[in-house]
Amino acid sequence: MSPRQLLLSAAALLALSAPAVAEDIAITNATVVIGDGSAPIPNGTVVLRGGKVLAAGAGVVVPAGARTIDAAGKWVTPGLVVAVTDIGLFDVEGVDESNDEGADKGPFSAALDLSPAINPLAQHIAVSRAGGVTRAAVAPLRTGAIFGGQGAVIDLASDGQPITQARAFQLVQLGEDGARAAGGSRAAVHAVLRNAFMEARELARRGGGQGADPRLQDAAPERPGDALLTRFDAAALVPVVTGRQPLYVRAERAADIRMALALKADFLALKLVIVGATEGWMVAKELAASGVPVLATPLNDLPGNFEQLGATQSNVGRMAAAGVKVGLGAFGDQPRYAPQYAGNLVSLTKVPGASGLNWGQAFAAISSVPAAILGMGDKFGSLKPGLAGDVVIWDGDPLENSSGVVRVMIDGVEQSLVNHQTKLRDRYKVPTEGALPKAYEW
Amino acid sequence: MLAPKLLAGMAALALVASPGLAEKKKKDEPSAAAKAAREYNKNPFPSTYKPYPGEPTALTGATVFDGAGGRIENGIVLLADGKVVAVGGADLAIPANYRRVDAAGKFVTPGIIDIHSHLGDYPSPSVQAHSDGNEATAPTTPEVWAEHSVWPQDPGFSRALANGGVTSLQILPGSANLMGGRSVTLKNVYSRTIQGMKFPDAPYGLKMACGENPKRVYGAKGRMPSTRMGNIAVNRMTWMKASEYRAKRNAGKLETRDLAMETLAGVLDGEILIQNHCYRADEMALVLDMAKEFGYKVTAFHHATEAYKIGDLLKAAGTCSAIWADWWGFKMESYDAIPENAGILQKAGACVVIHSDDENGIQRLNQEAAKAQGDARRAGIEVSDAEVIRWLTLNPAMAMGIHQQTGSLEKGKMADVVLWNGNPLSVYSRPDKVWVDGALLFDAADPKRRPVSDFELGQVGEGDVK
Repeated sequence: MSPRQLLLSAAALLALSAPAVAEDIAITNATVVIGDGSAPIPNGTVVLRGGKVLAAGAGVVVPAGARTIDAAGKWVTPGLVVAVTDIGLFDVEGVDESNDEGADKGPFSAALDLSPAINPLAQHIAVSRAGGVTRAAVAPLRTGAIFGGQGAVIDLASDGQPITQARAFQLVQLGEDGARAAGGSRAAVHAVLRNAFMEARELARRGGGQGADPRLQDAAPERPGDALLTRFDAAALVPVVTGRQPLYVRAERAADIRMALALKADFLALKLVIVGATEGWMVAKELAASGVPVLATPLNDLPGNFEQLGATQSNVGRMAAAGVKVGLGAFGDQPRYAPQYAGNLVSLTKVPGASGLNWGQAFAAISSVPAAILGMGDKFGSLKPGLAGDVVIWDGDPLENSSGVVRVMIDGVEQSLVNHQTKLRDRYKVPTEGALPKAYEW
Repeated sequence: MLAPKLLAGMAALALVASPGLAEKKKKDEPSAAAKAAREYNKNPFPSTYKPYPGEPTALTGATVFDGAGGRIENGIVLLADGKVVAVGGADLAIPANYRRVDAAGKFVTPGIIDIHSHLGDYPSPSVQAHSDGNEATAPTTPEVWAEHSVWPQDPGFSRALANGGVTSLQILPGSANLMGGRSVTLKNVYSRTIQGMKFPDAPYGLKMACGENPKRVYGAKGRMPSTRMGNIAVNRMTWMKASEYRAKRNAGKLETRDLAMETLAGVLDGEILIQNHCYRADEMALVLDMAKEFGYKVTAFHHATEAYKIGDLLKAAGTCSAIWADWWGFKMESYDAIPENAGILQKAGACVVIHSDDENGIQRLNQEAAKAQGDARRAGIEVSDAEVIRWLTLNPAMAMGIHQQTGSLEKGKMADVVLWNGNPLSVYSRPDKVWVDGALLFDAADPKRRPVSDFELGQVGEGDVK
């Protein structure tokens, strides 16, 4: 471990608040992927300054004094942006004691704020970082109520300061999961949803639910005596009904997606994002016309349940062709699989009758497009000048199965790629024991 | 380890050598009941699978991975009468009556084989009414047979064929039980009946499971096992009973049949292969000793996320590791999984099989293997493409006991063949055509060669590309 890596891991362990200083870095002789949908640029250069992208592409001049990394033909891309995932909410998903994904035994739903629950030192963060993921939208994907609570946008740096934006969006479930949570039917979902929005709107009308964290407003106004929602839940929904906070809607069935879009007729200010959208291709024209973007589960092609009978891997390609803004997401606890999913969408372009994405579109679907859907396309997600210096160097085409991550930078700071898995690999490359038991090799 | 058959032979020898044989023999003459308990029909649900019609076909100009570690550039593969007729280079003579398929720039492999699938016993849609994979009412249920749970209309079979090039697969009971029941091996061909899918003459497997699942499921019911030591104890008590049963059977002293014991005795006879779900290295080592104690062989550990820690032990035992490329961290016993698992095992000389255990993963076994190859390479372990293809073909065939019939492109073997539109280890490649026993059952260019299960008829997406 280099002194620099030692410093980084020490910083991680102590969770020091001061971030490591970003230096000027120039990555030369690289195949550069901007991430905006354009094709890769051979023989390009990426320059980072002050933690941000200064320039990227062909013919970029290396500033004097910059640390220069010769990529020797390797690929350089923006860090992967994965929305929606649940990493950071558990150490081991199946170990209940370590799992903060859901809170169905508690009194709150919409009011839940995930940001204090995120553990930046969870191995899933470290492993995902080593897979090239630099930003993620962490969402409550398992919830006992229709509202899951407020998700957070995080970076995956090892500085112990993960939050890019707390309370970035609210999540609600329609469909079968929502029906179960609402009391047993989709009709109940829509009643619960509308009642909640009406209570939030009423609270807003009375001057409630204001401020950066609307739950914490002092001298909150009185509410009608027949309110169903807790005060915290109602306050948390005020930014949703007033359009200050996006509403992520989990919906798979075509009819459920239509019903989600129809919400905008009753609640004009809603800023919707559809999550999942297995049957999105069946309502692609309506989605495109509405301008509502989609974070699609990439390769669903099985009728996993009765709300996914139309599942096909061509879903994303068909939606994109219809003009829907579609990013990849909603694949749970392993965001490091994003490149493989994106690569598969490229493979579909060679299958007769199938729809996929071209290479540039596919990479954008796991970088700039989800960043834009998160409302942060001007902050990270591509290598355009001024955006965060989130950069990954790969030993080959990043979407290809055989490729791997060589270096990762977040906000211009080079990150450690050492984790539980890499340490195990190094210990057991040779399985037999030496002079001392394995436990002494570290 | 003494082979089960050898053990049986020694028992017979002891009988012959004992004094007063004539009198004893008369006394020990098996009763009619004992005869019935011993000479029962071992195949009461026989395969009715018949290959579909094919035509003599020559694949020309392809890169051929033969599944046994061989690679031929600009190769030719000849199929006729459901069998592989010849595999060779550009100079191989093609008989006049063969339909030629120009495979230049494309790749040919044997049909992909998934040793660990729950298609049919946990089918899509995965509604409660379809949940038929775990008979989780007792910790050991060797009496149940997966073939009695498999729904032949699972849409998943078609996806595995069209996107994954899967031509044979083993359907296992789930892992809630220590002994979950018999597996069934299928040809990936739709049929009205499960018998119509059964791979002819494939041996049965017995699904076993270690670790978290059995102790959690039965511990939660307030019964044994609730711990890992309970897992091993229940297993050993059951094997003791099975050994006793088998000795009695061999001595002609059984009065009644016992469905559970017939399966376990079949394992001890070496006729039924052990397919053992097990994650942790320490538990696999204990299971190997338990197998020695009772004289059976563990054919494959499944999942085996820590197999890389004991490659030497697994090699010595001749036990395969059927693994994912890079699943990790979803449950406690998967916390030490590493993506170099396959590479380290290969380097140790142990048998590697890439499996899916997943209705989506089965569509991308080729990609999973390629990821494992890349991770191995970065760890300094080079595994050739041709060897990696073996992880998906001949190795699983061997671990399922069907390697004489399929798993590699050898003269006389079943013509289970995939033509890929590019290198199958690339994320950008997909099956172009798939033959099962020489019958063209998927053709990307021909919507009529796209199977649609009964379930999907009249539903949105019927006949769509998947």
